[in-house]
Amino acid sequence: MLLKLELQSNPEALCLVRAAVERAAEVLHFQDSDTRAIVRSVDEALANVVRHAYAGKPGLPIEMSCYKLPGGEQKTAQGGMEILLVDKGVPVRPAALKSRPLDEVRPGGLGLHFIRESMDEVEFSRKKGKNLLRMVKYLSPIPQAASSEGE
Amino acid sequence: MQIVARLATGGTILDITGDIDLAHSPAMRKALLQEIKEKKTPKVFLNLEKVRYIDSSGIASLVEGLKASRDQGSRLILYGLSKTVREVMELSRLQKIFEIHDSEAQALAS
Repeated sequence: MLLKLELQSNPEALCLVRAAVERAAEVLHFQDSDTRAIVRSVDEALANVVRHAYAGKPGLPIEMSCYKLPGGEQKTAQGGMEILLVDKGVPVRPAALKSRPLDEVRPGGLGLHFIRESMDEVEFSRKKGKNLLRMVKYLSPIPQAASSEGE
Repeated sequence: MQIVARLATGGTILDITGDIDLAHSPAMRKALLQEIKEKKTPKVFLNLEKVRYIDSSGIASLVEGLKASRDQGSRLILYGLSKTVREVMELSRLQKIFEIHDSEAQALAS
C-alpha cells in the first residue's frame, strides 16, 4: 500500500486529499498530465460521495487507499496505481451512473465523465453495506527522448 | 479561495485566487451571479491566472454564469487559464462555448 486516508465527508478535506494523491502519483513517476488526471478523478469521486452518497451531510466516513501496481504484462508493463474509495452512503445505482450528453450546455453531470475519461479502469460495486469505487491508472511508457533527459 | 472585484473598461474583473472545488465553487457562483444578475454588469471578466484547480462543480458554476449573462444580454469573458483549467474545459468540451482569452489585455480589448 502506498497511502491510506480516513477522512470525513467535508468539502474542505478535498484539497488535502488532492495534495496527497498528487505526491503519491509523483512518487510513482507518473507524467504530469497523468498525475493531473488521477488527482482530478479522486477529487471528483470524493465530491460525488459527499454530494450524492451522503447527500451533503458532513462528518461521515470515507476511506481512500492507494496501491502501487507492479508492472509486467503487455499494456500494464509499466505498472500503475490503484485507488479504492469506500463509503457507507446510499447505494450507488449503476443504471443512474451515466454521464450527461456533452452537447447539452447545462450545469452538472460532468464529474463521472471526467473520471471515466481520466482513468483506465473504473468500477463501482456494493459490498457489505458499503459503496466501493475502484479506479486504476497505468503508467504510460516514457518516450525515449524524455526518458534520457536528466540522466 | 479568494475573490476580489475591480472595475475595468466596460465592466468588472473578478480576480480569483486558489482552487475552485466543491468547497469553494458556491462562493464563486454567488459572486458571478451577483455581478451578472443583480448589478447587471455588461462585461464580467473572470481572471483565472491564479486558479490552480477547477472541478466539475466549478465548471457548473461557470456554465450557470454564462447562461445568466446570455439571458441578461451581457458578456462573461474568461482569461488566464492554466494548463489544468484548460484541460478540464477541454474534457467538458466547453472551451468553444466560453469566450476565452490568454491575457487581461486581450480580454479587455475584446
